[in-house]
Amino acid sequence: MSTRLAKGGARIDRSKPVTFSFNGKSLKGFEGDTLASALLANDQMMMGRSFKYHRPRGVVASGAEEPNALMNMGEGSKFEPNQRATTTELFEGLKAGSQNHWPSLEFDVGVVNNALARFLPAGFYYKTFLFPRFAWKHIYEPIVRQSAGLGRAPDKETRDADTYEHFYFFADIVVIGGGLAGLQAAKTAALSGAKVLLMEQDPHWGGRASVDGGELDGAPVADYIAALVAELEGMENVTLRTRMMGAGVYDHGYLLGYERLRDHAPKVAGPRHRLWRIRAGQIITATGAIERPLSFAGNDIPGVMLAGALRDYIADYGVSAGDRVVVVTNNDDAYKTALAVKAVGLDVPVIIDARAAGGGAIADEARAQGIRIENGKAIAKVTGGKRVKSVKICAQAGEGGVLEEIACDAVAMSGGWSPVVHLWSHCGGKLVWDEEHAMFRPDETRPPLGASGEGFVVPAGAANGVMDMGVGLADADHAGRKAVEALGLTPVDVSLPMFDQAAEAPLEPVWMMPQGAGPKLRMKAWLDYQNDVKVSDVQLAAREGYESVEHTKRYTTLGMATDQGKLSNINGLAVLSESLGQAIPDTGTTTFRPPYTPISMGAIGGEARGEVFQPLRRTPMHAWHEAHNATFEPVGQWRRPYAYPRGEESVHEAVNREILATRASLGLLDASTLGKLIVKGPDAGKFLDMLYTNMMSSLKPGKCRYGLMCSENGFLSDDGVVVRLDEETFLCHTTTGGAERIHGHMEEWLQTEWWDWQVYVTNATEQWAQIGVVGPNSRKVLEKLGGVDVSKEALGFMEYTSGKLGGFDARIFRISFAGELSYEIAVPASQGAALWDALFEAGAEYDATPYGTEAMHVMRAEKGFIMIGDETDGTIIPQDLGLHWAISKKKEDFLGKRAQEREFMANPERWQLVGLETVDGSVIPDGAYAVSEGTNANGQRNVEGRVTSTYYSPTLGKGIAMGLLHKGPDRMGETVEFPGTDGKSYSAKVVSAVFYDPEGEKQNV
Amino acid sequence: MSEARSALPNAKFDGIAHVEDAGLRGMISFRGDLSASKVKAALKAVSGVEMPSQRGCNVTGESGLAWMSPDEILVMVPHAEAAAAVEKLSKALKGQHFMAENVSDARAVFTVAGKHAREVIGKLAPVDMGTFQTGEIRRTRIAQVAAAFWMHGPDAFTVVCFRSGAQYMFDVLSVAAQSGSEVGVY
Repeated sequence: MSTRLAKGGARIDRSKPVTFSFNGKSLKGFEGDTLASALLANDQMMMGRSFKYHRPRGVVASGAEEPNALMNMGEGSKFEPNQRATTTELFEGLKAGSQNHWPSLEFDVGVVNNALARFLPAGFYYKTFLFPRFAWKHIYEPIVRQSAGLGRAPDKETRDADTYEHFYFFADIVVIGGGLAGLQAAKTAALSGAKVLLMEQDPHWGGRASVDGGELDGAPVADYIAALVAELEGMENVTLRTRMMGAGVYDHGYLLGYERLRDHAPKVAGPRHRLWRIRAGQIITATGAIERPLSFAGNDIPGVMLAGALRDYIADYGVSAGDRVVVVTNNDDAYKTALAVKAVGLDVPVIIDARAAGGGAIADEARAQGIRIENGKAIAKVTGGKRVKSVKICAQAGEGGVLEEIACDAVAMSGGWSPVVHLWSHCGGKLVWDEEHAMFRPDETRPPLGASGEGFVVPAGAANGVMDMGVGLADADHAGRKAVEALGLTPVDVSLPMFDQAAEAPLEPVWMMPQGAGPKLRMKAWLDYQNDVKVSDVQLAAREGYESVEHTKRYTTLGMATDQGKLSNINGLAVLSESLGQAIPDTGTTTFRPPYTPISMGAIGGEARGEVFQPLRRTPMHAWHEAHNATFEPVGQWRRPYAYPRGEESVHEAVNREILATRASLGLLDASTLGKLIVKGPDAGKFLDMLYTNMMSSLKPGKCRYGLMCSENGFLSDDGVVVRLDEETFLCHTTTGGAERIHGHMEEWLQTEWWDWQVYVTNATEQWAQIGVVGPNSRKVLEKLGGVDVSKEALGFMEYTSGKLGGFDARIFRISFAGELSYEIAVPASQGAALWDALFEAGAEYDATPYGTEAMHVMRAEKGFIMIGDETDGTIIPQDLGLHWAISKKKEDFLGKRAQEREFMANPERWQLVGLETVDGSVIPDGAYAVSEGTNANGQRNVEGRVTSTYYSPTLGKGIAMGLLHKGPDRMGETVEFPGTDGKSYSAKVVSAVFYDPEGEKQNV
Repeated sequence: MSEARSALPNAKFDGIAHVEDAGLRGMISFRGDLSASKVKAALKAVSGVEMPSQRGCNVTGESGLAWMSPDEILVMVPHAEAAAAVEKLSKALKGQHFMAENVSDARAVFTVAGKHAREVIGKLAPVDMGTFQTGEIRRTRIAQVAAAFWMHGPDAFTVVCFRSGAQYMFDVLSVAAQSGSEVGVY
């Protein structure tokens, strides 16, 4: 049984009981417990089922490396799968459930996979599911998805109830890891004057040292830690954060810190997680080390745990994993577990030490306490199903012949320790194989390099492969000094405490236990618990020709689960190396990628969700549009009214009504989103002559001219009306989506090519609210507002004036996109809503009708006006659209000129713009292609053109369209076929693109 | 004519900091040779303050100058005086190559004030708020939109963005200022 001991547990407060539930069962723990320790205290050793074989699994670790104890946490809008019980702090009302089983954790149908294990070897997916091809999608994949996988996805309907945020932070030195080494390194750095951030993923400082104890300067380590923390807390230049994990190290000292603010206190207001986006001058990785499992048959049966974890549960939580704990090891460190178990009055039947020569001083201590020690022995097999029952002992050197069976209910294993080199490696830090300790550790001569070519990450303590506490402190101090020096500061001397290091016998690498284990044992010796990868799988991969560790990883799925192989990595590649008959460093490691452990999607998104998921741009009249039932369409980040349906009216009906009302009397359009770039300077005319295809320098002040802009490759990029405000100043209107882009385009040419031209550009788009006042009664309504003479004589077509229009500071442009008598009025944005209201008030007698972008589009199509993005798609030149009249023949040069003279561009075979009128008045579907005779090499119908704009015209009572057609302008009157996707074919007559008022009489009155 | 309106008149939010619409502000985007003494004199005449250095701003009440780029200065005056200030600059610099464009209404202005104001900004802008001082300006981004900010008092920031993004800016500042979200580092 695992149970709560009568006393002890440094992290728990026994006076504060906490109630929680597991699989619907109500259980009790204490404040300070993790979910894992509380479950163990309730004798809940089995915590889940494995991924592939559905084997019963218990907790093996006590920290972030835990592969098995993954839980479904919370419910409804607080539900989250795959949460590690070992890093989940217990709180009142916590609800957890185990994963990957049906119908229950204790009885699971999927366990049949376990019996079939010999038919489900490495690469099984690739081998089994290849044929027949159709079967993967329809048969295999649904079955695999049902039987494999860990936690379940949140319900579709639920939305995460929590909030998240980012935080930008800057520090000279960031220390990752608040164990003894991290604290010591931070102290050295801070005393030397650096601004220091120290983060620890746990809620507690001190790391392993507080459990493994010992004395520094003759006092308990815990005292030294407490003093260090207090000292750092008292320093102005130090920021200390617990519950914050160093998630990833990136180029240029960029670092992500993942802070879990409310996971332990979900009822407190505030964001759940905070992602720190940090710029660090130097990063010290004091990330500690992770203990390795040993590979023996049955090493995944609940009750088999890492030796360090087993003593953590005793020391930190007062929880024992079992009454009779067998310790199995290849090093001295695991003896501490035996002593810890003994110290709380429980039994250690035997310590199985794989080393023939056994342990050092600590082994003598264990022996003195009466613990039986078996040197040169191994575990042949652990017996038990849902719980360890016994271990069968054999010789490590043999093939597993059982010498003796010893009853026990827990096994503490240790295969040595691996430094946590992840954060060192994220940005390219290299590793070196340490033969003596059988581990990869950071190669300090090859750190990740910053912009200057110098290293910016320094490893410290156990993360640097220094496992002795005393030496580790010196190493941490050294790391602090090194980081300080790299910043150009002078490190101060810090006195280090005295530590009496007991002599340890060397570790002996053990990658298979026993070393000659046969196939039967190897098939039950797990490497990767989370993805169910066994020693036999890796060996099979090697036999099948996999040599690269990266390929083997993917073939076997070793290390590909959510724990990213924290426990399995080194053991797996050692087995691979042995199978390939090469040294471990020749095999190398797989790539360490951020994040260190999974971080929440919410934290990555930060504040960007709900209303502020993305910025929406709103015009000064936006509230009016909303109040008048506008349906909106996105145009760039703007939301523009598409139409304003009234009552029961459909959107289509609204569009038709808006068009007819505008053409008959008066329509009002919010055109504020149009780009408005001010171009000023002595060279402004010359500059615009280069940017536009037509001549702008000849424009007289007070006049407007429609212009086209092309890229240097000749393709049409933007269009709009240019107004000359005064001799030196032009106002260039751009499309709504083009404002920022064309502003950048102008600045780029001015800054890189024509830097000596005297021109300044400002984007004044948002300074102005702009309103299209359109229709035969538009002049009357402006005259009603009064203040500015807008008569035909005073303000002709394509002219500009300004003044106090009805008290508003107005710029008035007489331009027309709808083909009617029409004005665009611009006023400062702060006056926009008021002018909009005033126009409706004054226009009431003319049935002033607001119209949206769709009515605008239809009306311009009726007039044959092109639209950037409809008639153009980045491959269209103005000549394709019959816009020769807007291309200057006189100018020596303009952007796109030479490109348009290229052979392909000047080719008369290019598709060209025409109008299309359906024979039966129907509307050609959007995007339809005109087909011609025959088929192409792929057996598809040949095409000779396509529709670019197609609408129902309420003005004309029929469908109209524009399209690009092979030799279009030469084919007036011909009928062209447009097959739809609805089975019908649309016959359309080729006509002029100007459907409405071809003489332009309506706009020129 | 009715009164000129800011994008979000009287918008307010209280959390770990106080977020508030600051109404309309006269702003002129000035471009020219910032080292020319005539330019310096003209800018001082309309703003009442000295030319700031790189990434600096000098603001007194509603008037001031803020460095934007090596050839751009933001001139601030009371909103009603912006047009007149442009006239004044144009007169003073007649014959020279410069640009003075009234962009007052292209902007929205907010204040973020309180003990945790620095942290609220620090959640949204990639700026070292630990060292940010009065007299500095940052032209940067706040969450997903372009923005500039400076301090107008201890623990009090003025934030400027485009008018069309006013609602987004107010919302995102309010989210960052939500109760219980203190970082506790400044």
